[in-house]
Formats: sequence, structure tokens, C-alpha cells
Amino acid sequence: MSAIIEVEHLTKKFDDGTVAVDDISFSVEQGSIFAFLGPNGAGKSTTIKMLTTILHPTEGVVHVGGADVHENPSEARRAFGIVFQDPSLDDELTAYENLDFHGALYGISKKEREKRIDDMFEFVELSNRRDSLVKEFSGGMKRRLEIARGLLHHPRVLFLDEPTLGLDPQTRNHLWRYIADLNASEGITVFFTTHYLEEAERIANKTAIIDHGKIIASGTVEELKQNTGAATLEEAYLSLTGKSIREEEGSARDHMRAMHRAWRGGKR
Amino acid sequence: MYSLNVIYVLWLRQIKRYYRARSRVIGSLAQPLLFLVALGYGFGPVFAQAGQGNYLSFLVPGVMSMSIIFTAMFSGIEVIWDRQFGFLRETLVAPVSRLSIMLGRTLGGATVATGQGVIVFFISLLIGFRPTSWGLFIPAVLIMFLVAMLFTAVGTAVASRLEDMQGFQLIMNFLIMPLFFLSGALFPLNDLPSVLATIVRIDPLSYGVDALRGLLSGSAFFGLGLDVGVLAGVTVLFLAIGGYLFSTIEI
Repeated sequence: MSAIIEVEHLTKKFDDGTVAVDDISFSVEQGSIFAFLGPNGAGKSTTIKMLTTILHPTEGVVHVGGADVHENPSEARRAFGIVFQDPSLDDELTAYENLDFHGALYGISKKEREKRIDDMFEFVELSNRRDSLVKEFSGGMKRRLEIARGLLHHPRVLFLDEPTLGLDPQTRNHLWRYIADLNASEGITVFFTTHYLEEAERIANKTAIIDHGKIIASGTVEELKQNTGAATLEEAYLSLTGKSIREEEGSARDHMRAMHRAWRGGKR
Repeated sequence: MYSLNVIYVLWLRQIKRYYRARSRVIGSLAQPLLFLVALGYGFGPVFAQAGQGNYLSFLVPGVMSMSIIFTAMFSGIEVIWDRQFGFLRETLVAPVSRLSIMLGRTLGGATVATGQGVIVFFISLLIGFRPTSWGLFIPAVLIMFLVAMLFTAVGTAVASRLEDMQGFQLIMNFLIMPLFFLSGALFPLNDLPSVLATIVRIDPLSYGVDALRGLLSGSAFFGLGLDVGVLAGVTVLFLAIGGYLFSTIEI
């Protein structure tokens, strides 16, 4: 099997001197489901940002779908779809318009777009809400719509940054079922992060654990459990990363979100 | 062809958002109306006594410019909004050039701002304003669009450097307000104290107000040629700066 994501000596040092990601290397095989785990502030999000071309690495090389994300971002971008941790839909547009916008950005012709959007709505079971404004959607519906959007342009890799955060167990099960289906039927490589370790244990073929900017363990779930003598992935994870609670600074974004929620009556 | 399509969908998005926020549109027309009625009628007699003619017809191009600069700057600043609520990331991971994203947004924002200017023009007709010639309405719309492009680009440039809405009040008080009040939108430019006269000449909005006044009220101070030249030059400059700053955004 060949690698579809290759990361070599990736480092990100921010202006204030903090090293968020410290010389990590790993690869993800084509067609696999890869769980990228780690405590808050360990460097997960920074790594995903660099993998998906929105943050420039300080050092190191990343290939996604065979394209260097720095040298040839457009080709890399075509190869992946992404569902961000926070919603990234336009609330003032309808579900259909959000997908149509995405399709146009990715250069899909009008005719092909229409058909693909229909298929995607069916896949995430939102066909009956296609013309509703996104601001009327619940958190779970938004997440499903984002998955539909991430898949619209036939990516070979799907990045999911904590896709099930804040969703009820029913919706979470549903989402993982879609993702497993997709992986099985179309061979899409899935790269995801989560704090729900039982989900990672159930669905991932391979995993890597990052802490303090370094990869501290990687392999199959079984290997991780064996190496640490743990019964579950969660135990293995805790024995590797320790039990102390990590502090993450509240960002400006959290602040804005809180303000926005206050104004809009907390429907988000 | 492909980048044209990208520019088009981003333009369309701005238009749709504007159209859907009708309550906001109506709200944003209250301020120009207030300026027209309170200042236009209020200062009218004094202005006429000073031998300057009809204040309302002097003021209308200024208030139209006000409406355009506010809407245009806010459209530019929407970049911060999109950054906060995530939509910016959707456009930044798409396989298209940052420049075409910026151009599409700016054209959309400028179209909306021009629309606001045109609406204010029609409102002013209701309260008694008459343009010197209807034939010059279309050239006036083109000037409005140029002014709108300029300030949407300025807004985008500023917003590309800001993380959150904390900087918003700063932009409002130290950029939009001075640009508007020091542009000659409200007062005639002849016989100004020299410091103010210099500041007015530095403010690009002055040339927009002046051009509109020349076309709609028949009295340009700088002259239409200089107005258009300055506006076009500064617009290109800020499109370049805005395009560059937008392309360096990291999230």
C-alpha cells in the first residue's frame, strides 16, 4: 500500500517562540482510517492546519495526494476534503447554496454539480432540507452538511477535526457509519481527530498520538494496547499522555462565539 | 475562465447576503435620511444666506458618499466576521488563488455599497433633491462604484490584519469617521483653513464626493479629471495592498 499523506520533519514555531509542532514525521496509507490523537494543546490542530495548506510550516515537507502542500497547494487542495472542528458554513445561505458554492470553487461544472449535490444530500439524509437556510439547522445537521460538502469534489482524503464534538450519541453513530461506508465503498482515506477514544478504537486502522508537539506513539490500536499493556485504547492513551489536565487558552474566537450566541439566543 | 467563475460565485454570495438581510438594509438607510433631513433642512437657510446656494443639493452627494464608504468598509471588514465564524477557511482551502477570492469579495461588496448609494440618491429625490442632468446619472453610478471598490479594498486590507472584532471600534473611530468628516461631504472646500484644506486633499473620499457633486449638483471643486485620476490610482493601489494582505492570511 502506498502513502497518501507523507509528513517529514514537520515543525511549527510561532512568533512568540512556542513550538507547537516539533519535528514530526509520519505517513498515512491510502484507504486507511487514521486517528490522530492527543490532549488539548498538543499540536493536533496546528498539524491539521499545515496538512491542509492554511498554515505554513516553519520547517518540513508535507505531501497530500502526492502533491507538496507548499509548492503546489492547489493540487493538494483538490485531493482532500475537510470538516473543520468549528462550523464553517455560511449561515445566511441555504444548504444547497453552500454546496453549490463549494462545487463552483472546485471547478465542477454546473450539470455535474447538480447531480453530485443530489447524491450527497441523499447520502447524509438532508434531501428534504436542501432549501432551508443553514442558520435554521441543528449542530448535527450542520455537521452532516459539512461532511456532504467535504465529499462533494470526490476527494481522496477526508480530514475530520473532532467531527463528533458536541453531538448526541445517535448522531455520532450515524456519522461514523457514513464514514465507514465511504471508506469501504469508495476507498477514501480518512484522517480524523477525536477525544472520544472508544470511537477511535472502534473505527481506526492506525493511530498516532501527539503530545507536546511530538509523536509519542503510533501503530495499530492493537499494537498500542500491547505496548502499554492496556485493555482499551483509552487506558493506553492515558498511560502515554499522563492524567493531568491540559489548559488551553481561550482564544478570541471563543470569545466571539460566546458573544454571538448571546445575541442570537443560544441556538448554535 | 475558471477564476472568473470563482470571482462570480464570491460576488454572488455577497449579493445574496445583502438581499437576505433586508432589515439591515432598511436600518442602514435611517442614518443618511437623518443627515439629509436634519442637516439639509437645518443648515439650508444659513448656507443660502452665505451666498452658497442650495445646501440640500450640495449635501446629497456627500451623504451618498457617506452611505457608500460605510457599507464598503463594512463589507471589507466582513473578512473578520468570516474568519470568526469559520467560512473564511472554506474559501482558503479551496484550490483557487487568494487573489481571485479577494477580487470576488471586493466586487460583491462594492456592488452592494453602490446599491446603497443609489438608494440614498432616490430617497433624496423624495425630499426635494433634483440632479442637474439625468444624463449624468450613469457616470455618477460609475464613480460610486469606483469609490465603493476603493473602500471595500481598504476594509479588506485592514481586516486581513485583524484577528477579531475588538479592532472594530478602532476602525470605526480612527478610519471611517475621519475619512467621512474630513472629505468635504458636509462643507464647501473654498476658503478652508490651510491645515484642513491639506487634510481634505489627502483624504481620497474628498475626490469621490467632489466627482459626484460635479456630476449631480454641477459644482466640482477639484474638477472631474483630477477626481477620477486620483480615485482610480488609489483604488488600484489599495486593491494591490488588500490582495497582498489577504493572500498572507493564516488561520
